[in-house]
Amino acid sequence: MKIMEGSHAVAEAVKACRPHVISAYPITPQTHIVEEISRMVADGELACEYIRVESEHSAMSVCVGASATGARTYTATTSQGMALMHEVLFNAAGLRLPIVMTAVNRALSAPINIWDDQQDAISQRDTGWIQLHAEDSQEASDMIIQAYRIAEDHDVLLPVMIGMDGFILTHVYEPVELCPQEKVDEFLPLYEPTQYLTPKNPLTFGPIVDPSMYMEFRYMIHEAMGRAKKKIMNVASEFRDKFGRYYGGLIDTYEAEDAEVLILAMGSVIGTIKDAIDELRADGKKVGLVKVRCYRPFPAEAILEAAKDAKAIAVLDKNISLGHEGALYTDVKSVLYNKGPLALGFILGLGGRDITKSTIENIVAKAQKAIESGRVEEESEFVDLDQEVL
Amino acid sequence: MKEIRIHGRGGQGVVTSAELLAIAAFEDGKFSQAFPFFGFERRGAPIVSFVRISDSPIRLRSHIYNPDYLIVQDPTLVGVVEVTSGVRPDGMVIVNTEKEPEKLELEAEAQVRTINATKIAMDVLGRPIMNTALIGAFARATGEISVESIKHAVMNRFPGEMGEKNAEAVQKAYDMMRG
Amino acid sequence: MKLSIGAVTEPGSTRINKTGSWRTFKPIIDVEACVGCGMCSMFCPEGVVYEVEDKYTIDYDYCKGCGVCAHECPSGAIEMVIEEK
Repeated sequence: MKIMEGSHAVAEAVKACRPHVISAYPITPQTHIVEEISRMVADGELACEYIRVESEHSAMSVCVGASATGARTYTATTSQGMALMHEVLFNAAGLRLPIVMTAVNRALSAPINIWDDQQDAISQRDTGWIQLHAEDSQEASDMIIQAYRIAEDHDVLLPVMIGMDGFILTHVYEPVELCPQEKVDEFLPLYEPTQYLTPKNPLTFGPIVDPSMYMEFRYMIHEAMGRAKKKIMNVASEFRDKFGRYYGGLIDTYEAEDAEVLILAMGSVIGTIKDAIDELRADGKKVGLVKVRCYRPFPAEAILEAAKDAKAIAVLDKNISLGHEGALYTDVKSVLYNKGPLALGFILGLGGRDITKSTIENIVAKAQKAIESGRVEEESEFVDLDQEVL
Repeated sequence: MKEIRIHGRGGQGVVTSAELLAIAAFEDGKFSQAFPFFGFERRGAPIVSFVRISDSPIRLRSHIYNPDYLIVQDPTLVGVVEVTSGVRPDGMVIVNTEKEPEKLELEAEAQVRTINATKIAMDVLGRPIMNTALIGAFARATGEISVESIKHAVMNRFPGEMGEKNAEAVQKAYDMMRG
Repeated sequence: MKLSIGAVTEPGSTRINKTGSWRTFKPIIDVEACVGCGMCSMFCPEGVVYEVEDKYTIDYDYCKGCGVCAHECPSGAIEMVIEEK
C-alpha cells in the first residue's frame, strides 16, 4: 500500500492500461489527474499521444477520432467542461466507441461553484454512456481498469464514464494499492476493434441515417446497455479474483439484509453513511445501505431485490432535476412502483455542502417516522437548507 | 481516531501540511487521510485542511468539526474566521506566533501552545514559509507522529537542498517545543 | 442577509475584506529619505500607496506586504520589516 492523492491513483491506473491517445483540457478539480498524466508522458513513463486541445468539446472530439482508428483512449473532465462535451458524448456512444473518461463531479454554474455535487454526470444520463460511481480513491483507480474491459467487450462497445467526487476524492490523500503492471496486462488484453479507420480499408463513421433505420440503431445501443449489466458484474468478480478487491457488481450493500430503513446513495458519501450506520446499529436501529455503483445502465433488478424486504428507503441525490426531484429518487420509485418499501427523496450536498453523520441520522429518523405513520409526508425535500437567507 | 484541523491562508502551505502529516502517520504504520477545503483559490484567502489518523481504515469524509488538535498557521485569522470552533476540551491548539499562549485571545478550553515558526523558517530557510516547522512542533507537542517520519515525508516532497533545509526546520521546531 | 435572485451583487463588496492582515512583512517608508518620485505608488499592484503633500503613505488596511514598493524605490527609503502578529 502507498499513500497518495486520489487523482494520482487514477493517473497510475490510466498508465497501467497503456492508452494510445489521451486528450484533455484542464479544469478544477480534475486538473491533478491530467497534470500527472501529462507529466508521465513528458518524462517518458507513459508511451502515448497526449493531445492538448482548446476545449473539452475538442478533447472529446479527439477521443472520438482516435478511438475510431482503434486506439485505446482516455480523457477526464468536470462540470462546465462536461457540459461543453455534451454534444460529442452522444457521438461517442452512437459510434459505439469504447472511450473511458473520469467524470470528476462538480456543481454547475450559475452561480459559479467549484465544489462537489453530481449534477454534471447526472445531466449526461441519456447520452448512451455507461456511468459508474466510485466510493473512494481505490475504487476510482480500480474502476479505470474495469472500465476498459467493460467498454471494449464486443457485446458492449460503449463508452464508460467513472464518477469521482471533486476535491473529496480527487484531492484526498489516503492509502491505495496500485495494480502491478504485469497483472493489469493479463487482466486487460489489447483492444481489438471490430471495425476501425485505416487508409488500407476506407470506412465511413457517422453517415446520416433516415427515419427508416434510426430507431433500430437506438435500439441496438439500448440492447448493448442491457448486456453491459452482466458484463459489469462479471468484470467486478474477475477483478476480485485477480487483484483481491471487490466493491459490488451493479450495486453493493452494507448491513442491508435485515434493515428496516435502507439508505440508497452513490459516490464518496458512502463511507460517511457506513460510519453512521455502525453508530445507528449500535443504538439498535436496523439501518442498511444500498450503494449504486452503476447508474447507467440502471440496476433495477438488483435494487428491487435488495430493497424488497425493507420498510422504507431513503434516496440521497447530490443533484436535482429542477422542477421535479432528485434523479436517483425518480429512478428508484419507478423500480419500486406498486411494490416494496416507502420511498423518500433527499436533495443534499449541492455545490460542496458538507454531508455529516448527523445529516444521515436525521434522514434515517425521517424514514422511521414515515414507517410509523405508514406514509411519506414530503416526497422530496432539501436537506440542511439555510432558511434564514431565503 | 484522531482528527486535526489546520487553518491558514492560501500560499502558506496549509494543504501541504495536512498531506505531510498524513504521509508521516502512514509511514508510522497508521491509516490516515488528508483533504483540503479550499475557499476561492487565491493567495491570502483563509483555507482549512483536515487530517484523520486511525488504527483502522478511515471511511468518514465529512469536514472536521470537533478536532482533537488544531494548528493555526496564521494568528491574524483569529477573529476573521472562528478558528477554535468545536475544538475538544481535552484537545490542543498550536499557534504560530511569537506571543505567549495567555496573550492570545483564543476562546478554547483546550490547552494552547505557541511557537514562532515564522522565525524558525526565516532563520533556516530564509523565507517565511513556516508550515514544515509548525508540523515539527506538532510532532513534539502531541506525540502523535514521529519526527523521523515527518522529516522523511518532507524530504520526499521537496527533493535536494530545499528538502534538507525544511527537515532542519522540522527538527529545530521539534527541539524548541516542549513535549 | 437575504440572497439576491441569480446571485447578482453590488460592486465594492471586497472593501470589507481587509487584506492587510495577509502580510508577513510590512513596508515602512522613511519620510526623510523619500524624494517623492512616486515610483512606489506607480508600481504598487494593489494601488494602496498614496501621495500626501509630496511624500507617500501606505494604506495598511489593504497592503499585502508584497515588497514591490521597497524593491522599486530608487532611494532605498522603504524597508520591509517582519509583521508582529
